Amino acid sequence: MTQFETPPPNVEDKKARKFNYLNLGALRPYGIIFAFIVVFIILSFLTSAFATTRNILNVLDQAAEVGLAALGVTLPIIGGCFDLSLGAVFAVTGCVAAFIAKLGYPALGIAVGIFLGFLLGCMNGLIITRLHINSFVATLATGLIISGIAYVTTDGLLIEIADPRFSVIGRGYLLGVKFPIYVFFGFAILTWFLLSRTTIGRYIFAIGGNEEAARLSGVHTDLIRILTFAISGLGAGLAGVIAASRITTGEADVGTALTLSAIAAVVIGGTSILGGEGAIWRTIFGVLLLQLISNGMNILDIPPFYQLIVQGVIILFAVTLDALRSRSP
Amino acid sequence: MVEESHNPQPLIELRHISKRFGGVQALADVDLIVYRGSVHALVGENGAGKSTLGKILSGVISPDAGELVVNGHPMTFASPHEALAGGISMIQQEIALVPKLTVLKNVFLGLESNRAGLLQDRDNRRRFEELKSRSGFNLSADAITSNLSVADQKKVEILKALARNAQLIVMDEPTATLPDEESAKLIEIIRFLHKAGTTIIYISHFLKEVLNVADTVTVLRNGQLIRTSTASEETPDSLVTAMLGRAMSIVFPPKAFPAADSPVVFSAKGISRKGVLSDISLDIHAGEIVGLAGLVGSGRTEVARAIFGADHRDSGILKIDNQVVSILHPTDGVAAGIALLPESRKTQGLLMRLSIGHNVTLPHLKSLSRGSVLQQRKELKDTTQLLQDLDVRPPQPKVRVDSLSGGNQQKVLFSKWLFRHPRLLIADEPTHGVDVGAKLAIYQLITSLAKEGMAVLLISSELEEVLGLAHRVLVLRQGRIVAEFKDSLDGQSSLNEDAIMRAAFATL
Repeated sequence: MTQFETPPPNVEDKKARKFNYLNLGALRPYGIIFAFIVVFIILSFLTSAFATTRNILNVLDQAAEVGLAALGVTLPIIGGCFDLSLGAVFAVTGCVAAFIAKLGYPALGIAVGIFLGFLLGCMNGLIITRLHINSFVATLATGLIISGIAYVTTDGLLIEIADPRFSVIGRGYLLGVKFPIYVFFGFAILTWFLLSRTTIGRYIFAIGGNEEAARLSGVHTDLIRILTFAISGLGAGLAGVIAASRITTGEADVGTALTLSAIAAVVIGGTSILGGEGAIWRTIFGVLLLQLISNGMNILDIPPFYQLIVQGVIILFAVTLDALRSRSP
Repeated sequence: MVEESHNPQPLIELRHISKRFGGVQALADVDLIVYRGSVHALVGENGAGKSTLGKILSGVISPDAGELVVNGHPMTFASPHEALAGGISMIQQEIALVPKLTVLKNVFLGLESNRAGLLQDRDNRRRFEELKSRSGFNLSADAITSNLSVADQKKVEILKALARNAQLIVMDEPTATLPDEESAKLIEIIRFLHKAGTTIIYISHFLKEVLNVADTVTVLRNGQLIRTSTASEETPDSLVTAMLGRAMSIVFPPKAFPAADSPVVFSAKGISRKGVLSDISLDIHAGEIVGLAGLVGSGRTEVARAIFGADHRDSGILKIDNQVVSILHPTDGVAAGIALLPESRKTQGLLMRLSIGHNVTLPHLKSLSRGSVLQQRKELKDTTQLLQDLDVRPPQPKVRVDSLSGGNQQKVLFSKWLFRHPRLLIADEPTHGVDVGAKLAIYQLITSLAKEGMAVLLISSELEEVLGLAHRVLVLRQGRIVAEFKDSLDGQSSLNEDAIMRAAFATL
């Protein structure tokens, strides 16, 4: 019980160790911020076209769709689960929004699309908690089903929308800033508040930390789990509707890359795939880092194929850091 | 004994071993000689450095300074694999076997006889039979490991060590997770191995067990070696004195009996669950500590879980302050003012990777929030205060739980359930895996909580604990209450160890 009262070791030794400890222990959680700053500075030096307001706004705009899905999926991941249906939800919500817009109700289409994302998320959560299925497999399956439904709704064709009201949410500007950027930061604030400032957020960390212990502490674990998937679906739904609005088209054939990019962004940010640890600001930095890199490579005229390789390397690096962190005492 | 007629040979010598973890000096300049063929026990409080020493011997961690000499040759082990090659094997507290594989496959994992990559099953079986006869264990080669009892799984681990020609086996708290009957079996196994000439380092909290089985005992305190002596010259008391640096024996705080007219706080009638519990009825008065005794599997924990809403009940009525309460989920249990400290701190009680603060307030967030929004400043203040009151070290809500010692973790668990004073406190194995100092603190805490009027249901495998704390003891057998014993001030006490054991074993 008095293990902290230790005899004074030799001073030099202590200094060296303290530095080492700080370096590895205290700063490691903030690796993502350093990575972001380093990449930002490097790109600023490499090309003058990078650090301009216009380009930065462009980066943010491009990040919005993956970003919304990543923010949403951060919750199930902290809760200890995966959501692999993001891409399918993204596709089907865009299609349904376009379908309704085609009938002459663009605003309704957008609202229904977003709400559909939320509902599909609830359904994922219900399936996982009621049937006690592993989330990885369950959302892999529901993703296929939802994706199939998207093809059925559109008959495999593009639904093109000429109505300018439909494109407001994806292409409109407010005070010189594109609308999707507001939606992204709005959703970020919402999810941040939910996770860090409310009882529900605590419960999400708790079910990810140890579901049985959370249940024995009086947490309605199933309800909280369903909610995390609902928010994940909501994020994918927002992203889907914005994408459809941006390209003024509903298309079932989108979203395959979105699932993995979104989860990659969460992991790169430093949220643990084991659950119980993570934060919204991490996801924001993860999304922005990925986007910075692809933007920078575009400006520097590096072929897009290399971006995949770079992304993969960064993910490996991030996951290795996470593994080291959970191994250290 | 160490001083046998022929000269004992040192198998292992540790010279000036030191190890630090961050700000904690886990081991400071430790010298230790382990003689060939001896059973050498390491004792000390949590955090004294016993496990660190074991891990250094078996290559799990490397020392910062010092020398390790095996059979007269200086060695450095960079990994458990290298230690194994040097003839040292460690059996950790938690079972480390592949649960779904057979005993045979586990024992020879990585050492299978093969010809050009094809397994030679017959040859493996022959080697298994050899090991069996050498160790005297009666294990079936084809049994699936996860179906075995914990003691049998420990046997598999020992066979695994023997299969790797281990000259020294380090056992870290081998009996900590075992029920009494199984512990006794394991002690027999260790005796047998000892006779067969295997050298064993035995790390344990249980001093009687240590004195029972070891030749030599080394006491550690705060990372320093206090003394190494012949086991027959030590007593549990002398070891505790050395471990704590002062004399201390397990003295239970005096019992404060509840007044005769003290009201019933909690009552349960006819709790049943098919195949597990039948017709459990009990009352607990304000200020009363009721002990639940019985063998492992008699249904003690199940009673606690049924009351709290953690498990389904087929029937049964629960009342708090004479009001019927509907408890179908732990949430209802918490709302009704019931607290359950579960038997397994690490898997059921605490969220090990979360902070102390988040653990403590988890059941009480409703009272710390307005419209679901947390009042974090109030939360931090109240939690810090409580941690100081319960002497949790460090009393800092932001520290992660898994960085604390076992005793402090247990205090965090208590803090969690005392954050709002419950009406009924159910403590299932409250002193499991904590050191002597923390044990006494927990006894005092339970006694003082009862004194303040809380109703307490105490479950413990240590009969001594139940006898020392409870005012009344209910004995369970096969899911039924079969006997009740009462302690009283006037010497009319029916409470004694013999009577409880007879009831538990049905030899009345």
